[in-house]
Amino acid sequence: MAFAAFATAEAQPQAPRKRSAIALVLLAPGIAYLVLFFLTPLVSLLLTSLQVQSEFGDIGEFDYAFNWQNYVDVVTSYWPHILRSFGYALVATVLALVISYPIAYFIGVKARSKPLLQGILLVLVIAPFFISFLLRTLAWKQVLSDESFIITSLKALSLMAPDAHFTGTPFAVIFGLTYNFIPFMTLPLYTTLERLDLRYLEAGGDLYASPATVFRKVTVPLSMPGIVAGTLLTFIPAAGDYVNASRDFLGGPGTQMMGNVIEANFLVLLNYPAAAALSIILMAAILILVGIYVKRSGTEDLL
Amino acid sequence: MAMREFAERGADLELVGIHKRFPGFTAIEELDLTIPAGSFFALLGPSGCGKTTTLRLVAGLDEPTNGRILIGGTDVTATRSHERPVNTVFQSYALFPHMTILENVAFGLRRRRIDDPAGKAHEALRLVELDHLAQRRPQQLSGGQQQRVALARAIVNRPALLLLDEPLGALDLKLRRQMQLELKAIQEEVGLTFLHVTHDQEEAMTMADTVAVMNKGRIEQMGAPEELYELPRTAFVANFLGQSNLFTGDVVGATDTAIAVDAAGSRIVVPTARAQRHSGQVTVGVRPEKVELHREQPVVEADRNLIGPGVVTDVSFSGVSTQYLVEIPGAGRVLVFAQNIGFGPAAAEGDRVWVSWAVEHGFGLEDTPDESRFQADASTSAIAAQHRDALVAELEEH
Repeated sequence: MAFAAFATAEAQPQAPRKRSAIALVLLAPGIAYLVLFFLTPLVSLLLTSLQVQSEFGDIGEFDYAFNWQNYVDVVTSYWPHILRSFGYALVATVLALVISYPIAYFIGVKARSKPLLQGILLVLVIAPFFISFLLRTLAWKQVLSDESFIITSLKALSLMAPDAHFTGTPFAVIFGLTYNFIPFMTLPLYTTLERLDLRYLEAGGDLYASPATVFRKVTVPLSMPGIVAGTLLTFIPAAGDYVNASRDFLGGPGTQMMGNVIEANFLVLLNYPAAAALSIILMAAILILVGIYVKRSGTEDLL
Repeated sequence: MAMREFAERGADLELVGIHKRFPGFTAIEELDLTIPAGSFFALLGPSGCGKTTTLRLVAGLDEPTNGRILIGGTDVTATRSHERPVNTVFQSYALFPHMTILENVAFGLRRRRIDDPAGKAHEALRLVELDHLAQRRPQQLSGGQQQRVALARAIVNRPALLLLDEPLGALDLKLRRQMQLELKAIQEEVGLTFLHVTHDQEEAMTMADTVAVMNKGRIEQMGAPEELYELPRTAFVANFLGQSNLFTGDVVGATDTAIAVDAAGSRIVVPTARAQRHSGQVTVGVRPEKVELHREQPVVEADRNLIGPGVVTDVSFSGVSTQYLVEIPGAGRVLVFAQNIGFGPAAAEGDRVWVSWAVEHGFGLEDTPDESRFQADASTSAIAAQHRDALVAELEEH
């Protein structure tokens, strides 16, 4: 014991890490990849977002400048789209969480003693990935179109107004977003719930907590890493999604999100600086929101 | 609501005709048990004997297949764990990792909306001398500290009944001794009913007022520790609670006060009052520390059993005492624990010796010899002896 006491008293600093050439060699491909495919486009995007229209140029010709006015312009003209993006993404994330949690809980906790059932259910969660999500979203467009069986039936039953539509409404877009991102929510939730030590739940019950209180005070806090991972994996891509809200899929003129605006500016209006500025705003906004979220959910010591 | 109040004192626990079957096996066969209020009761048994299942049934974590559970006279069989005036110190401690020590201890108080949960939690932490760590997280504490927090988290609720599921299993010997004394002191101080489940016979004997030895889903014998140790009724108890020398033979003579058994030529006398069966083939025994070793043939005395001569096959010195294993033709192996009053062992391997013990120290078992022989074979000392023999044989081959 005397030796142990000695060691702690001295608190020897760790030996300085050797700068190994091998580590650098191993890291090189990763660094090169990031520089080439992440940093370069980012810098290019930033430069583009500050460009100004060439004085005598054609449409789509721009010169490098420091035209920060672009940001003011896009925010003033597209603020409804910006708000809508985050609104839709938020609703879709909450819906996906509410739908996924029971599924993940069932697979990860209740089916723990039946590995076969667990495997089958997990395959069912992942199965949609085997088909391109464009095709699946198009299929939903068919299923929910005005002529579809579901909509005509609802109209026949007077549950929907005769001239109402489902596709093209915010509901359809949020439905599509929720549907497409549910596996991204379910899988991280499953991995945390699968490792959840049920003895904590028993201890909660033993300490006078009803099953609902145990869920609120023990299960949810202990599955926080999965909730955070799942919501991030859903919210970030959902906020930037341009497929579901697109007129060609489930959206309509009134449901355009930032992704659609960026797409239109890049490919149709050829207003590259506006598109780039919007992209930067989207990225910055997501970074700030996620930063606040991770900080507030206090999962650092659980991760 | 009664649950909002602290239990004034411990409550009786009554188990009536409890059965518990899991798919494929029966964990508890017919268990009837009454634990009086304020007592420290230990359920002792090897792993898989059904003791932890019993505890889980009382805590409400499992449901009995049949039977009723009464706490303080109220039938709680149909209630769920959070509705029972019972708290458990889990084997794994199960401290919530996402809460501080203080929040962990205050958890039960907050659920029952008891006034000043933080103050009472601090008080409980002071009792286990950990109040200075109240703001830490469980994973920042050592095993022994976590164990004390788990204890504080349970007793702070002043449950009518406190269940302890091998709570000292993960501690080292010194800490375990210390915690045993602390637990006992706390139990006496707060006057709760403690039900302690353990496989450590020494722990059960030091701490409990009453010990019940469980085997294969049944209680084999129940009583005060001294009573169980001095007068075991079955071979299982004789070998699980300490060690025993057992001899089987026919009763060849009986008087009002004693019976004589012929164990392969050796005549062993046991007081009638200490024997469960008085005729036919019986198993009698004596504790190894009651047996005396003689290097020269002693004079036969009326009040002592004497068998021998035999050969010392093993001597192991353990500081306080020395263990001798004596092989006696006919009677089998006899284990002798001798206090080291002089210097070093009194006999060496290969020595010819006799063993003797006072008649009053012998006991007679109630199981039929077939059963007892089987049980004795399965005892840990027999397994250890066989294992050692195998090792010795292996070493000699090389």
